[in-house]
Amino acid sequence: MSKSLRWRGILVLIVVVVALVYLTPSISKTLPPWWPSILPEDKIHLGLDLKGGMHLVLEVQAQKAVESHLEGMVEDIKYGLRKAKIRYEQLKTSGSDRIGLTLIRGEDRRAVEGMVADNFPDLTVESGSFVGGDLKLELVLSQRAQQHIKRMAVDQAVETITNRIDQFGVAEPDIRPQGRDRILVQLPGIKDPQRAIDIIGKTARLEFKLVDEENSLEEALKGNIPPGDEILYEIKGMPGSQTRIPFLLKKRAALTGEYLTDARVMIDSQFSEPYVSLSFDSRGARLFERITAANIKKRLAIVLDDVVNSAPVIQDRIPGGRAQITGRFTMEEARDLAIVLRAGALPAPVKVIEERTVGPSLGKDSIDKGLKSMIIGGLIVILFMVFYYRVAGILADVALLLNIVFIAAGLAMFGATLTLPGIAGIILTIGMAVDANVLVFERIREELRLGKTPRAAVDGGYSKALVTILDANITTLIAALVLFQFGTGPVKGFAVTLSIGIVASLFTAVFVTRVIFDYLIIERGMSKISI
Amino acid sequence: MSMEFIKPNINIDFIGRRKAALFVSGALILLTILLLIVRGGPNYGVDFAGGILIQVRFNHPTTPDEIRAALAPIALEDSIIQEFEEKGRLEYLIRVNRTDIELSGLSDKAESSLGSVFGQENVEVRRVEMVGPKVGKDLREKALFAIFYALLFMVIYISGRFEHKWTMSIIMAASLALGVYIISALGMSIIWLIGVAMFIAFGLCWFLRLQYALGAIVALFHDVCLTIGAFALTNREVTLPIVAALLTIVGYSLNDTIVIFDRIRENHRRSRGRNFDQVINQSINETLSRTILTSATTLIVVIALLILGGGVIHDFAFALSVGIVAGTYSTIYVASPILLIWEGQSREGGVATVKRRGRGG
Repeated sequence: MSKSLRWRGILVLIVVVVALVYLTPSISKTLPPWWPSILPEDKIHLGLDLKGGMHLVLEVQAQKAVESHLEGMVEDIKYGLRKAKIRYEQLKTSGSDRIGLTLIRGEDRRAVEGMVADNFPDLTVESGSFVGGDLKLELVLSQRAQQHIKRMAVDQAVETITNRIDQFGVAEPDIRPQGRDRILVQLPGIKDPQRAIDIIGKTARLEFKLVDEENSLEEALKGNIPPGDEILYEIKGMPGSQTRIPFLLKKRAALTGEYLTDARVMIDSQFSEPYVSLSFDSRGARLFERITAANIKKRLAIVLDDVVNSAPVIQDRIPGGRAQITGRFTMEEARDLAIVLRAGALPAPVKVIEERTVGPSLGKDSIDKGLKSMIIGGLIVILFMVFYYRVAGILADVALLLNIVFIAAGLAMFGATLTLPGIAGIILTIGMAVDANVLVFERIREELRLGKTPRAAVDGGYSKALVTILDANITTLIAALVLFQFGTGPVKGFAVTLSIGIVASLFTAVFVTRVIFDYLIIERGMSKISI
Repeated sequence: MSMEFIKPNINIDFIGRRKAALFVSGALILLTILLLIVRGGPNYGVDFAGGILIQVRFNHPTTPDEIRAALAPIALEDSIIQEFEEKGRLEYLIRVNRTDIELSGLSDKAESSLGSVFGQENVEVRRVEMVGPKVGKDLREKALFAIFYALLFMVIYISGRFEHKWTMSIIMAASLALGVYIISALGMSIIWLIGVAMFIAFGLCWFLRLQYALGAIVALFHDVCLTIGAFALTNREVTLPIVAALLTIVGYSLNDTIVIFDRIRENHRRSRGRNFDQVINQSINETLSRTILTSATTLIVVIALLILGGGVIHDFAFALSVGIVAGTYSTIYVASPILLIWEGQSREGGVATVKRRGRGG
């Protein structure tokens, strides 16, 4: 056998064997135990559109995190001012990035500047305008600090959501930040999408706030809310016939969910209703004990995401750091609430801005239909090639089948995801892969018509068609690569299969068929080509 | 004896019929543009317009009117409801075009509304796609840039590859990038952007006399235009996968064009005094067998996908089918005749092009 032909043959064999090795885990149900230790065991990943599941894009309202950071700073500044004995008229956030401070004595400005510079490096003191004798200052949060808070908010949200999903129990979730303020969540095989959205999207900010019983709720409802207070509602009843009960609460939370160590579902022994039992860490427990001791016979509201859950009267000092959230929960609701409380609050609210859900039955239908189209379309093409080009057609068909094997192996090897448009991409490649062979075969026929020997005709056919084949495939490859860059999910899957298909078809249609042709002509001395 | 659909000595006068063909193509493109103007742009799907799409299957037959009535309590009675058959059972696509309302959670409400009217166990929601207005806008932009970059790279490749003028192709790329930068800075819409990019590409090809590039781009434009026209005509929605299909058509159409152009250059080098139009005609005839075979095999599989692939992939397969037919036609009747554009002019012009090509080949 000629040396070059042997080497080419060996190369083809090696490539085929490697492809089959990569493909085996996806095809066979059970692998021998020694397989994973030395050979790849990754299966072809199926996209959500084939497996069924949910794709969500969340937008983190990171500005809200900046605002609540400012709220927290107000408290710290208050403390600082008191310590430095600086008297002020008003101190509160104004706008989304600054705190307004009205000083009673203008000469305190230097002292404020000193205190801010020492303790709050992210703030700068701006514009001193006198309003009726008072000096009005603005403490502005730097752009850098804002960016940092926003970035932290997104990172923390990703972590919290990951925790929640882990506890909710989803196999192979994919949660990652996307762009500046978005989070991509992919949950394969989810059964109850709405429930998952509720769990992911709940801010779960738990606060304990004292009810203001010194001021009148009626007055407050008319719009005269006392400073440092706010009105929040408790919602009772089923959707449709809800009643909203207003509460006048101290704005400053006495205790927050930060101190929670655990939240779990318990069953009330009296009414056999589920409730969520909370445990605080030692700091939280001490705080809780102090608050309850100082406010006996007063009401303490449990507020979840700005909705009052309940406002029981404090009967006695409560040591040990335990509390419970009751309500007309179903078992499922109680479980979900426990999950979100355990995983912690989101640093800022999130909003679902894109949702794509595919039911498992539709995904299965799509696979069945995709495979069916592939088999039927492929069979027609295969028969057609044999019918039209005889023996040469069989070579083209071998190339075609190898091409499909290579695409599948390529998907497994690169850990790429197969989507429905991806299957369409494979089908399209089947149609287009024979093109290279058609180009070559037509050239060989032309050469034969000129009276050349089979060997010369094959030589001429391949070399003349090669430039054209390369040109033609490069343009399609450009389209595929651009698609890969811009595409999301399913479209990306299409670009991947198309790209692998193009490269694989160059190898199979140009290289592999040539090896077989050469073998038939040189080694077997075939004197006539059936083409 | 080998099988042949096309006899080797075939000689159809394609070029002689170029006026009629250009008229037909021109009319079809004009029709598409008119249709798009009347309809106020392409019919964007949820991906680009924002909104909600819900695919539902019912256990027993219903009518779109009944579904609409069931959706009335949540104020979605103005939804577009489309019926299609899947495995012998009727399924419905409910499409909410509004983006002014809160979209998240809406599909859940729709599901429970349908459930309360038709019975919870009789309704199966098989697919939900919700795209917020912001995401829709982002995706539109992304699709635009994808189309633009695909065009850009291909124009660079063709002008470089065929004319052997890589400097010119770089000039082309820079001008296109600049033009698009200006347009996007002015905040114009996607359609305008692509229109202007095409116009710049045409103009530059004309000005720089890149006839092969011009032929290829006009053919591309022709194919994409006709596919969009077919979508507008059949009231189909343009979604993300359709943009993918359009880009694939672009690749396929070029693929086809390049095969013939390669042959034309090869024959032209050996032509010795024969008219260019004869050379082109000969080249088309020589490659005719391949053109038809490849189109046939590709069309076979795509039609298999169209018939058997199911509702989700149906429009995608439809776009590819139209594109492949248009691409095959345009290679022969649009791209090739355009090479003659400077041929009928002054003698010097003709000689100059021959010389240039001689150096390049």
